[in-house]
Amino acid sequence: MKPDSVIIELSPRFEVGAKKALQNTQLRRNMGKATQTIRAKRSAVVDEKSDWQALREAGWQIKADVMAQLDTYLVQLEAAVTAAGGVVHWARDAREANHIVTELIRQTGTNEIIKVKSLTTDEIRLNEHLEEAGIQAIETDLAELIIQLANEKSSHILVPAIHKNRSEIRALFQKAMNLPDLTDEPKALAAAARQYLREKFMSVKVATSGANFAIAETGSVCVVESEGNGRMCLTMPDVLITVMGIEKILPKWQDLGVFMQLLPRSSTGERMNPYTSIWTGVTPGDGPQQFHLVLLDNGRTSVLADAVGRQTLHCIRCSACINICPVYERTGGHAYGSVYPGPIGAILTPQLVGTAHASSLPYASSLCGACYDVCPVKINIPEVLVHLRGQVVAEKQKTLAGALDVEAWGMQGLATVFANRRAYEAAQSAGRLAQWPFVNDGYIDQGPGPLAAWTAMRDLGAIPQQSFRSWWRERQKHEQ
Amino acid sequence: MNVALFITCFNDTLFPNTGKAVVEILERVGQQVVFPEEQTCCGQMHFNTGYQQAAMPLIRRFVDIFTPYDAIVSPSASCVGMVREMYRYAAEVQQDTQLAERVAQLADRVYEFSEFLVHKLAITDVGAYYPHRVTYHPTCHSLRGIRVGDAPERLLRAVRGIDYVPLVGAAECCGFGGTFAVKNADTSMAMLSDKIRHILDTRAEVCVAADNSCLMHIGGALHRQRSGVQIAHLAEILVAQEG
Repeated sequence: MKPDSVIIELSPRFEVGAKKALQNTQLRRNMGKATQTIRAKRSAVVDEKSDWQALREAGWQIKADVMAQLDTYLVQLEAAVTAAGGVVHWARDAREANHIVTELIRQTGTNEIIKVKSLTTDEIRLNEHLEEAGIQAIETDLAELIIQLANEKSSHILVPAIHKNRSEIRALFQKAMNLPDLTDEPKALAAAARQYLREKFMSVKVATSGANFAIAETGSVCVVESEGNGRMCLTMPDVLITVMGIEKILPKWQDLGVFMQLLPRSSTGERMNPYTSIWTGVTPGDGPQQFHLVLLDNGRTSVLADAVGRQTLHCIRCSACINICPVYERTGGHAYGSVYPGPIGAILTPQLVGTAHASSLPYASSLCGACYDVCPVKINIPEVLVHLRGQVVAEKQKTLAGALDVEAWGMQGLATVFANRRAYEAAQSAGRLAQWPFVNDGYIDQGPGPLAAWTAMRDLGAIPQQSFRSWWRERQKHEQ
Repeated sequence: MNVALFITCFNDTLFPNTGKAVVEILERVGQQVVFPEEQTCCGQMHFNTGYQQAAMPLIRRFVDIFTPYDAIVSPSASCVGMVREMYRYAAEVQQDTQLAERVAQLADRVYEFSEFLVHKLAITDVGAYYPHRVTYHPTCHSLRGIRVGDAPERLLRAVRGIDYVPLVGAAECCGFGGTFAVKNADTSMAMLSDKIRHILDTRAEVCVAADNSCLMHIGGALHRQRSGVQIAHLAEILVAQEG
């Protein structure tokens, strides 16, 4: 059963959000430039690895094993974290996770926390929940900070402010940080953020984070980052609360060796990321003296139960599929209405919230397959998209609206026609006759019904007078 | 060899000249072509749009009709991809082991037209003459789906008189994607705009591909813009001869 409290925000249907985004020419420019830059970086560092395909296969194998024995590994992780002085909490859904985190923060008496960039806490909308509880959460990742100051939603899992260019960021910082003379030089912008954040790192006593990996055998948790803000959050405060999706487990310490080769190259296009923090429970006198690990389900076990959809949980949130996606490049992330945009979002979101609540997302793809090619853990995204489309149709057909749906009737009708050669040939002739009012010089430029969506922007070549098969028959007669 | 032409419903109805060209070229290189007349549609549109139950009879039908042949050749990379990749998946989901077995025996004998010539027959020069400036768009299903590699380009480069110009951003989807082109018409057009810009930049007279479905999309915009650039399936270039 799907949890009822999954609260990923869902906007209107994808095509509606996409249409709006496509009208924004600045967004188109920003997105095109950013995605093309990161793609080039990724392909340079991936192409230099002669064993890349073997690494991908290893990544797939390790994750497939994790999914097959998730229950065992989770219990093993809990025991190891507890033995190392940490406290493990189990959260069935967003509501439970938010409640646990809020209570833990309340017990410290503070009303301010610093955050390491974390998709999982975005997924459960922790910041909003904490705000309602009177606790201010300060994002310390530069792009997350930009989004927070702009009061916007993330549009990318790795670079949430990818839709903004530097002059837009300058204007934002000038206002929010009261720096009227700030230039749009990247160095100046980073320095302004650094100044702003440094004060918080020095004073705030509680931090939250997500996790890239957690090692079941040792109880170690790993965060991979670029800016050093994560390192500050993970070492300076007294209390650290980590919220982690249950699928982030790796069985053994040595498995990290595979993923630390796959992740940075796929993600930021670097051979190695600047900061990798790994901690095991609590070390007396060093770093946070209280460590809480919140293990979140929030729909993941229902994804696990689906034999085809299960591979979605292999995802290591690198964003290679997002960066390569020609749909994402045009629409940006907001059209997906979820913390998880792009191809991975199009398969993960509907599975977490139920396809009925995100029925347009599996169709937000031309099935071009570029995502599958770049996925470091070999998630067959096109296959899962087609699988989910099947679920969408099956669910729709159970409803009255579905039973009356024009598309469903058309598809069923066509399937009946295609199942019989004579009916098919009759339909070819009928189509040729039916098109004549619309054909102009061999082309249809204003089609009726469902063709209108095509001809609004493209001409459509008319059906020629003779089909191939009728030509073939004539030819056979001739030869005899 | 006993070569069966899998024309696809799309080419049969909308692009008959492609089928004629394929027959002529295959015969020119010494193959005996047959056309199993019972064939209709492989079920790709239904399957990929989510109407998977409706597609199953079409899938079973295809397997019945084409199983007797040594080689099945088609001028559509996406329909070949459907048979080679998705039939296996469809049988798996239906938990139909008998169908899965039949699909496994059939799939390896289904070839896209250019890969049949280059990979199976080891022919790149089919004796064509085409003195025009041409660019080539590798469709997603030919490139990433069934991985025909550079087979189409090798065939094109062997054409006498041709002025072949590579396309910038060639590997990127044109935005067709079957029902995607209608369900997400705005995004589809945004993708197509960039593809069209790259095609026009080559100053080619003709844009060639191994899928007429993508070409219908690309050609639809080229025609709407009165660009003067034509589209043609690879086979229709290769069929052209001197005199």
